[in-house]
Amino acid sequence: MPNSTSDAATPEESDDRSSSPASKLTFALIGNPNTGKSTLFNALAGMKARVGNYPGVTVEKKIGSFQYQNCEIELIDLPGTYSLSPRTADEMVSVRVLLGLQEQAEAPNAVVCIVDATHLQRHLYLFSQLLDLGIPAILVLNMWDEVQKQKIEIDVKKFEQRLGVPVVAACARSGLGIDELKEKMLALFEKHDSENRPDSKPAHLELFPENFQQARSEISQVIQSRADQQIPEYLAERLLLDINGETEREILNGDESIAETLRSKREELKQNGCPIPAIEPRVRYGWAREMLEGIIQQPELPAEHRGNSLDRWLTHRFWGPAFFAVVMLLMFQAIYTWAGPLMGGIEFAQDKLSGLIIGAMAPGAFRSLLTDGIVGGVGSVVVFLPQILILFLFIAVLEDCGYMSRAAFLMDRIMTKVGLSGKAFVPMISSFACAVPGIMAARTIEDRKERFVTILVAPLMSCSARLPVYLLMINAFIPKESIFWGLVSLQAFVLFSFYLLGVLVAIPVAWILKKTWFKGEVAPFVMELPNFKWPSLRVVFYRVWDRGRSFLKQAGTLIFLTTIIVWAAGYFPGDRSELNQVMTLLESESLSEDEIAREIFEQRSRELSSQLLNSSFLGTAGHFIEPAVEPLGWDWRIGMGAIASFPAREVIIGTLGTIYSLGGDVDEEDAGLMEKMHSARKADGTPVYNIPVALSVMVFFALCAQCGATLMVMRQETNSWKWPLFSFVYMTTLAYLGALATYQIGIALLPVV
Amino acid sequence: MPTLNNLNMGDQATISHIEGTDAIAMRLMEMGLFEGESIRFVGKAPMGDPLEFEVCGCKISLRSSETERVHITSETKL
Repeated sequence: MPNSTSDAATPEESDDRSSSPASKLTFALIGNPNTGKSTLFNALAGMKARVGNYPGVTVEKKIGSFQYQNCEIELIDLPGTYSLSPRTADEMVSVRVLLGLQEQAEAPNAVVCIVDATHLQRHLYLFSQLLDLGIPAILVLNMWDEVQKQKIEIDVKKFEQRLGVPVVAACARSGLGIDELKEKMLALFEKHDSENRPDSKPAHLELFPENFQQARSEISQVIQSRADQQIPEYLAERLLLDINGETEREILNGDESIAETLRSKREELKQNGCPIPAIEPRVRYGWAREMLEGIIQQPELPAEHRGNSLDRWLTHRFWGPAFFAVVMLLMFQAIYTWAGPLMGGIEFAQDKLSGLIIGAMAPGAFRSLLTDGIVGGVGSVVVFLPQILILFLFIAVLEDCGYMSRAAFLMDRIMTKVGLSGKAFVPMISSFACAVPGIMAARTIEDRKERFVTILVAPLMSCSARLPVYLLMINAFIPKESIFWGLVSLQAFVLFSFYLLGVLVAIPVAWILKKTWFKGEVAPFVMELPNFKWPSLRVVFYRVWDRGRSFLKQAGTLIFLTTIIVWAAGYFPGDRSELNQVMTLLESESLSEDEIAREIFEQRSRELSSQLLNSSFLGTAGHFIEPAVEPLGWDWRIGMGAIASFPAREVIIGTLGTIYSLGGDVDEEDAGLMEKMHSARKADGTPVYNIPVALSVMVFFALCAQCGATLMVMRQETNSWKWPLFSFVYMTTLAYLGALATYQIGIALLPVV
Repeated sequence: MPTLNNLNMGDQATISHIEGTDAIAMRLMEMGLFEGESIRFVGKAPMGDPLEFEVCGCKISLRSSETERVHITSETKL
């Protein structure tokens, strides 16, 4: 039985540690994907992490901290990666952080590298790169429970001596080894303050042959003399090794003469038995094998993974997709139905709160700001939480048990047809419920180009907020007939067509995006299929918590602000004194007996609201765009409704209610609203609405980016205003053209009723 | 020289080298597909692509466009 925890620093050693001079230390945490890195992060730093973004990239900045023996330790979580060979600006962030070169990040004093102890050799690749950085390191052998289960024997003590760095056997899920790790983190700096790095770091390891080292220092000198730039040795190494890598882009900066030197150096090395880039895996794996020689004893046949036969079923030609379909259906159903009551509860609480405010204050601008602006704004943020939390509950469980990568494996072939990969499937399907969690789910896609394309087309999927608009228009204007020999109702067919529309539009859009802004080499789809295991409650909980919190903090504030702005646009300008008087009267006790008077005043208040909306900034905008929406078959009221719905498309129903003096709290099944829409007439007496108009409105709503929350989450996930702006423009253009074509073709084909 | 594409399901082989110097070649190597390692073809996705392999005790999924770059030396039927 391998010995783990007893290798810990003995308690006697820890006694004099309280006098340790270091009072604040910063550690970076790095590891391959699927090693339990986030679990270790949470086990060390708890849940109080600070999150944000590094400037200009989409890498999440996550910093936690904890106190250990009078020492404040900061932990910078770096994204999971197989190597430190940066190919994109995002991957460069980790290298910069570790070298202490990253903006807005403190240079770490040391790094904790977590590896899966059952796949030691492969994971030592990343670790050997870390040692090249010259930063003190600690190696954590995670998944120790699996090591024991598979009867793998690892001599931790001997390994530690051979590597020359502290090694800790741990199981982040159960908490095994965490105290020992904290102990060793501190012990690294026992006799040093944080200014001075300990001299206990391993003697700089030189894996590369002499001619490579020579070339590396020559490159450094060339850069020094020609670009007047002092670069760390590790970056010189990367410059030589990563052909067309990010280091080339950043350091060479288009300097052709240095690029030429680089090319000739590589060619020279290749001639002398040091092929670039193959030399790197050769020396690193060679080193890893050497380090593990006599340290690790693996049983002859790998222990039977219970996943093996399960895997055959789950990726089976027939049962695989069948099971996947059931999982997706369940997930979808859960977002729709479980979130429903929770969202209802939030709306209920919102109404109650507004009611309390209304009861306590006289009508006026400030009360409206509180109830419609602030309470409404908070509500419009919080209302997304149930869907986000439920989706991420599913995703976290599926990811933690190892199924998620099988799902990507199953769906990859279909998704490659539209230029995406299997990993884009779950974000896309989730977007049918709501694009907000769908876009957040795209984080699992490692490749930046593909992630961005997924994020940009996800809002085209028909989300649940479009449903009320579809239902209102279908119920009001599509005849209750059957088609296809009486088998399918026409209304259902139209509804289905609109769901299909989003998908059909998304395919060419994704294709065009891949051919234009996001062209480039195909991302490797090499994907690990981790062994199946029971999901850990803790891991799942952390993940769901993390997503929910990051949504509230980053997108939430922006969504809230949007709501306030739209409230103001609909409220100002206008003389509200009469409406305020009517409302004061309605809210007072005096009218409670007199049904008829009450009815009259309510009617008056609805009329006034309608008039005020017409004269507000929103109404003015509606009139202003009337010439533009006329070719769509719309009048200015629909135009204004569409404008009012830009922050949230479902607002159209309430806006139409207000426009037609029914009050703002109508729903899509409101008979009064349908009646008003049927009887609405243009100036020349013809009906405003007919089937082509209804279809044109639906097409507009299907394709338009009418969701502030989606755009804000897009800004959060792409860390740039450029992409939400782009989405807004392309979707609105598509929606306009789509609605135009629908109406024009519609009136040409359908007799106007 | 045969590549992973020449394997039948269940076959095992030894990797001789990975073709190319681009990101895909490097990623393959970083994920343990490296000269001298043995690799086994364990399964296929329902539509025939991607393919599942076992290397270094790890299961990984590769598209056929990637497998054709992995050259192998010996095939050993299991």
